[in-house]
Amino acid sequence: MLDAIGVDSLDELFAAIPPELRLGRPLDLPAGLSETECFDHLAALAARNADADSETCFIGAGMYDHYVPALVDAITQRSEFLTPYTPYQPEVSQGGLQVMFEFQTAISELTGLPVANASLYEGPSSVASAAYLALGAHKGRTRLVVSRGVHPHSRETLATYARGFGAEVVEVAQEDGVTDPAALADAVDERTAAVFVQNPGFLGGIEDLEALAAAAHEAGALAIAAVDPISLSVLRPPGECGVDIALGEGQPLGNRLDYGGPSFGFFAATEEHIRRMPGRIAGETTDADGRRGFVLALQTREQHIRREKATHNICTSQALNALAGVVYLSWLGKRGFTELGELLARRTAYARERLTAVEGVELLHDAPVFRELAIRLEAPVLEVIDRVAEEGIAAGYGVGREYPEHEDALLVAITERRSKEDIDRLADALGRAIAASGELLTDSDNKSTQPEVAR
Amino acid sequence: MAAEESYPEDLRYHAEHDWARVEGDQATFGITWYAQDALGEVVFYEPPELGSTVAKDQAYTEVESVKAVSDVYAPLSGEVTEVNGNLADKPETVNEDPYGQGWLVKVKLSDPSEADALLDAAAYRELLSG
Amino acid sequence: MTDIPTQPPTNADAQTPQQRERATTIYERSVEGRRAATLPPAGVPEAQLEDLIPAGLLRERPAELPEVSEPEIVRHYNRISRRNFDLDTGPYPLGSCTMKHNPRLNERVAALPGHARLHPAQAPRRAQGALELMWRLERALAEICGLPHVSLQPSAGSHGELAGLLLTRAYHADRGEERARVLTPDTSHGTNPATVTMAGYEVVKVATDERGGVEVDDLRDKLGDDIACLMLTNPNTLGVFDENIAEIARLVHEVGATLYYDGANLNAIMGHTRPGDMGFDIVHVNLHKSFSQPHGGGGPGAGPIAVSDRIEPYLPVPRLVRSEGANGTAPSFDLDHERPKSIGRLRGFQGNFGVFARSYAYIRSLGGDGLQEASETAVLNANYLLARLREGRAGRLLPLAFDRLPMHEFVLSGAPAKRELGVKTLDIAKRLLDYGFHPPTIYFPLLVDEALMIEPTETETRESLDDLADAFDSILGEAENDPQILLGAPYTTPVRRLDEAAASRRPVIRQSRG
Repeated sequence: MLDAIGVDSLDELFAAIPPELRLGRPLDLPAGLSETECFDHLAALAARNADADSETCFIGAGMYDHYVPALVDAITQRSEFLTPYTPYQPEVSQGGLQVMFEFQTAISELTGLPVANASLYEGPSSVASAAYLALGAHKGRTRLVVSRGVHPHSRETLATYARGFGAEVVEVAQEDGVTDPAALADAVDERTAAVFVQNPGFLGGIEDLEALAAAAHEAGALAIAAVDPISLSVLRPPGECGVDIALGEGQPLGNRLDYGGPSFGFFAATEEHIRRMPGRIAGETTDADGRRGFVLALQTREQHIRREKATHNICTSQALNALAGVVYLSWLGKRGFTELGELLARRTAYARERLTAVEGVELLHDAPVFRELAIRLEAPVLEVIDRVAEEGIAAGYGVGREYPEHEDALLVAITERRSKEDIDRLADALGRAIAASGELLTDSDNKSTQPEVAR
Repeated sequence: MAAEESYPEDLRYHAEHDWARVEGDQATFGITWYAQDALGEVVFYEPPELGSTVAKDQAYTEVESVKAVSDVYAPLSGEVTEVNGNLADKPETVNEDPYGQGWLVKVKLSDPSEADALLDAAAYRELLSG
Repeated sequence: MTDIPTQPPTNADAQTPQQRERATTIYERSVEGRRAATLPPAGVPEAQLEDLIPAGLLRERPAELPEVSEPEIVRHYNRISRRNFDLDTGPYPLGSCTMKHNPRLNERVAALPGHARLHPAQAPRRAQGALELMWRLERALAEICGLPHVSLQPSAGSHGELAGLLLTRAYHADRGEERARVLTPDTSHGTNPATVTMAGYEVVKVATDERGGVEVDDLRDKLGDDIACLMLTNPNTLGVFDENIAEIARLVHEVGATLYYDGANLNAIMGHTRPGDMGFDIVHVNLHKSFSQPHGGGGPGAGPIAVSDRIEPYLPVPRLVRSEGANGTAPSFDLDHERPKSIGRLRGFQGNFGVFARSYAYIRSLGGDGLQEASETAVLNANYLLARLREGRAGRLLPLAFDRLPMHEFVLSGAPAKRELGVKTLDIAKRLLDYGFHPPTIYFPLLVDEALMIEPTETETRESLDDLADAFDSILGEAENDPQILLGAPYTTPVRRLDEAAASRRPVIRQSRG
């Protein structure tokens, strides 16, 4: 091969690199491993994690241990879906483009909004992407109003991006687990480009999206809702509540926990915003012979064409995870999706009663819930979590670090994988853990993620 | 189906590939055959607001094809009195008839003498071949 | 030129089975009442939804999701999967995409329950395996990039770029400076200028010189104390290594700006040179490029960043920290949220851990020597393919855009082919589809007329490269005889050329309702 190229050595091919920049030594990395050694090494690392199989998982906080059916894996592991690139040559990418079209349809159905894209990275950064759209739609308005019911990661991410946008972010507190429309209306003014709420809220309460959207529109601001996709099985779709943009974390739809990623963000909007949408959008068309086909549509929004004027900088998104999402929704189907939502609401209602019957547990708020509830514990939350973990149960998420006003609160998520018996076990374990702690809360205990109790 | 290449004699031309048909203190603007050919099939055109001002040599809107976006420059200054609403449904008219049905805006000129600085058809053709 | 045993058809008269198939969506397969899933019984007391949640907040009509059985779902997605060309099937010489083989071991380790079933909010004490994996990946990337401080958080290259510019902004703000502009070369990937705008800066373009590198005089002119950053990649999108990089770094640092490295082309240089050593302050790495994460048809990926000491304080939180074990016990790992100068979060939780697991397995499989060899082979393969192409008609009709030794990718110009034969780069690309190859990247970089950007990667064999070179030669031969063959291509793909204008003019982006 070197002969064909016309050089004497491989080194000549690197001649453009000035000698003083050549590394000149091997990379300081361990030597390569055989497949069997590599597997063993990774397996040993994996074994040191308390995953949802080794600890019954009641942790939610934005990602949920829903059951992922086997057929999702079978389909997403197919070479034809796993290994191709973004569909820049549509004639040989009809599989991927059709999946996007079907996914966009599903998201549109769930959210009640006509225009959906083919995915963004995940939930919190999608909130920031919506802000970018809103600021572009309302040039001159630089204020963003956000409910504290929006996931802390989303609010933090929005704050980070906002510094680049030159926007000001203002938070509105929740009352009794929901956002007060009047308080929201107070915070919104003619400088506000958009209002952000989450449904259900981070602390589990179901919001009145219609009232909140109206409060935003009063001041001419866009109403943006981060919504849980599974909750859309039973809750009124944001599009029917006057919301302009609905987005959220797609993980609950057919994607594994995977220690937080990859998953996908979904994003849907009213027709008016179609040309400001971020991300890939697949569109239907015909070929030279009249066959039905799909292509990337409206590419002039995107970075590879519009460059500095693009609606967003996104290139690679989460196509394979979106495929898992649409396969999952097809598997549940129209009826199964509704049944799942009803099941979750009922089990969560049961959990609410069962847990609050435990000595030392009460509800943080009274708002209606769907799949997650916030309870207050009369013992340091992280200590309780640790004790309960010893019984093989992950009790939930302590919200104290992000909500100092609720440092005694634990967020408990109930999926269809958590049976009545599991909930009963949790209740009993909580009771024992609270009793064993037997000490009053101190201020410092619940601030860090590092549990205080030595083991 | 794009038009045949042509640069009508009765029009004035701007170096950024825009044309103007001047009638007294009114003018119609559009993009030339060369511009529509470089763009490809036009898919979207959002006209400026009625009553807005356009300034000579400044971009006043954009024209989009599938794979490109092009700024559209005003050959002359003035106030927008009419926009071509037909292009919303049939933007490809810009390719089919760039000097006729594919017109973009009509403008009341603020300074008709600016037209003297524009190129005639021969000068524009020369610019293209250069 | 070797004989191609079977020339692909030059017309579409014989429809392929996939061409005869109508593209039916999963919704169109619905039959009322069909379903795939059965759910467990609730097992808790009966309750009406309206008793649990106020009726005004409830859906009135269910979402119109498909009503299909499991066998139908499997058939549907299997069928449409075959309407995709994929890397496991044939070569994908897309420039700047680094379509290297995706080892299946990586899928197996990512699927281990300890990884796949781990909740991101699990207490760090009970996720030590995951945190250690992330730590080791950070260290490996630091070594490869030559920059000590790493964040794995960004989800893709673009996300890493945004991180880089927000870090830059924080760095300057901390010095009491407000700089408004960012420089990028005219050859840069579109994500670079798009990110500049998102980060609140104005784009200023730097010219490319006749050797394909940054025009240093132009750079000097444009550098000033209102410049926040210069974004580059090296080798650049033309595939050439900019030998002036040390001087460029010096000039940039002299005005107090940061120097950002787009890691898209890292595959050329692993173990040979390092962006940190070239003087870059911030690097993003595309795990879905050099580190074998499968592309998935458009993601997922990950875009971790590595930065220098002066940028370190601003890195996103949470930061991964390692503590020595007491008395010879194993070290422990934790997530630290207390970083007062941090730019904050860029997303939820810790990032795309599943991608980390795969890339980490890849790095451990290859080891340091293996990565160095991968880059060597990538560069060898690109140069070999170029040499083979030049021996044939491509030498005359698709010349190299910049006559310099390329590294892992190279850019050809289709201008002579267009002029002499009346076929554009697009037409050549479409005919390649009939030959069973995915085309290279086309019409990028914008600087080159009728551009073709070709990156074979190290996992193509010599035979595969020969086949690709032969295909190009055969196609150019077809064009010489009858350009119409290319203009009408492809003939054998599941659909032929599609009306993209119609799709953008009157977008239909979801299934219409009943």
